[in-house]
Amino acid sequence: MATRQRFTLFDALNYTLLGLFTLACFFPFYYLFINTISNNDISSKGLVMFWPKGFQLSNYVHIFQIPGLGMAALVSLGRTVIGTALTVAASGLLGFLFTKNQMWGRRLWYRFIVVTMYFNAGLIPWYLTMRNLGLTNNFLAYIVPGIVSPFFIILVKTYVESTPIALQESAQIDGAGNFTIFRKIVMPLITPILATIAIFSAVGQWNQFQDTLFLVTNPKLFTLQFILYRYLNEALSVAELMKQAMSGGGSVANLALQPTPTSIQSTVSMVVVIPTLLVYPFFQRYFVKGIMIGAVKG
Amino acid sequence: MSASLTKTADSSITGKRFQIKDKYTLFLMALPFLALVFLFSYLPLYGWIYALYDYQPGIPLANTDFVGLQWFTAMVSDQVQRAEMFRVLRNTFAISSLGIVTSILPVIFAILLTEVRNSKFKRIVQTLTTLPNFISWVLVYSFAFMLFSVDNGFLNHLLMSLGWIRSPTNILADDDHVWLAMTLWGVWKGLGWGAIMYIAAISGIDSELYEAARVDGANRFRQIWHVTVPGIIPTYFVLLILSIANFINNGLEQYFVFANAMNMNHIEVLDLYVYNIGMGNSNFGFATAVSIMKSIVSLFLLFAANGLSKLIRGKGII
Repeated sequence: MATRQRFTLFDALNYTLLGLFTLACFFPFYYLFINTISNNDISSKGLVMFWPKGFQLSNYVHIFQIPGLGMAALVSLGRTVIGTALTVAASGLLGFLFTKNQMWGRRLWYRFIVVTMYFNAGLIPWYLTMRNLGLTNNFLAYIVPGIVSPFFIILVKTYVESTPIALQESAQIDGAGNFTIFRKIVMPLITPILATIAIFSAVGQWNQFQDTLFLVTNPKLFTLQFILYRYLNEALSVAELMKQAMSGGGSVANLALQPTPTSIQSTVSMVVVIPTLLVYPFFQRYFVKGIMIGAVKG
Repeated sequence: MSASLTKTADSSITGKRFQIKDKYTLFLMALPFLALVFLFSYLPLYGWIYALYDYQPGIPLANTDFVGLQWFTAMVSDQVQRAEMFRVLRNTFAISSLGIVTSILPVIFAILLTEVRNSKFKRIVQTLTTLPNFISWVLVYSFAFMLFSVDNGFLNHLLMSLGWIRSPTNILADDDHVWLAMTLWGVWKGLGWGAIMYIAAISGIDSELYEAARVDGANRFRQIWHVTVPGIIPTYFVLLILSIANFINNGLEQYFVFANAMNMNHIEVLDLYVYNIGMGNSNFGFATAVSIMKSIVSLFLLFAANGLSKLIRGKGII
């Protein structure tokens, strides 16, 4: 740009509009956060609006005295780590296998997987199938159904096809088997796309809510998302939990520190969102790439 | 070393047999995963037979009455049920239509954002507006709950302290504007993310086109209208066609978390309806019948969208 353009009325309006929308996107995160670190008594009256009032951090201590919350955090973390690892490994391997022309029935099997993106038996038949497979009240229900993901396989297949085949051929001449070729040659080449998949998969696992809703009644297997939903809806049970939390942490006479439904709901929300916020800056550069490759094929 | 040499020699001599063995090895490596796909995506289709039985949870299917197409005819059998189906379809169509209308917003957002010359501002806007895409609907509901609740919500407090309203309103229980509210939450969550593809499309436009337009005396708005817009319209059409294919698949999660006794009348879309009658009332036969109808219609829509895409762009979306 040779000449520097003037700042026009259009620019002013544009900056204002974008600024306002950005504020609307960010404000809820901020609002919840200032409520968790404020005086609980003021906060429960809805008086903490723009900045914290009566700073304290006890909510983040009390919250883990609520029975079941620590367990739920472990379940959420477990499904995220294990589920992501298996999904990434399976997507990588299958994406690689489907580039191999000599595979028996390659086109058929590839379609067999990809076509599942476009149909769905429906909730009830799916639920009854899961029940018949013994996947109700079972941690495996969080992991196994998500291992094979058609979308991720398409991403990897497209990516592998863009890498030079000569490397694989020379390894084959050196006597490497398919699995060795995959592990030693292909894997290092496709790390960027595997990272993208890992991010999408991890965010999906962490945010997953419906499978607990449909398949799990055992409180030991509740996830953080599910617990948060329950806290938001069952004021009564939250009151119950507060009592337990308080008796667990000794008597809290101070109203400022005493847990309220608002403090519990907002603090659990922050516990749910903080991991996402922490990793977000790192994965931001990956997802643009992911969505673009997906767009090419989608 | 010598072992590997022999092996190479072997495989070159018996090259053909090695290939044939390889053919099945590759298949066997994929087999366990194909089995998983069969279990979780194809086996549930067998469950469609539940639509033909008066199935009650806990009783084996063999001991259940075969009712033929009763559940299918039940959808339209009497006045009450017809009204119910009409209500659910109306909600589904209304919310999907609003979704299609607002699908132009990410395009506008992308254009406005690329017009921003301050790169720092640009980056902040993009980062913060994409963030809501990465949180769950439960958390969105939690935000809504904190901001809009009657007794201690942010908005009611703000409006009352400004003197704009006298008594707090229960926004989350409002049935009359729930279609709009759901659409706006959808926009809040998806706008920044949806714009990424358009921003990429705009950055892919040849800068010479802008130069040429400038030489021809086009001002900023004319450049947007004659260069940027034509550059991203193809991308927009692809996504628009895809949204037609998903017209009756609103999903469940958003509507489930925002639903309550007060707003159920207008928030109950097809997916939520199937959940409520199936998981809520244990009416598995009827819920399955509705699911089947929905699957058939959405398959039809997918083919229609695919045909439309072939007609307009010369290639399908599937």
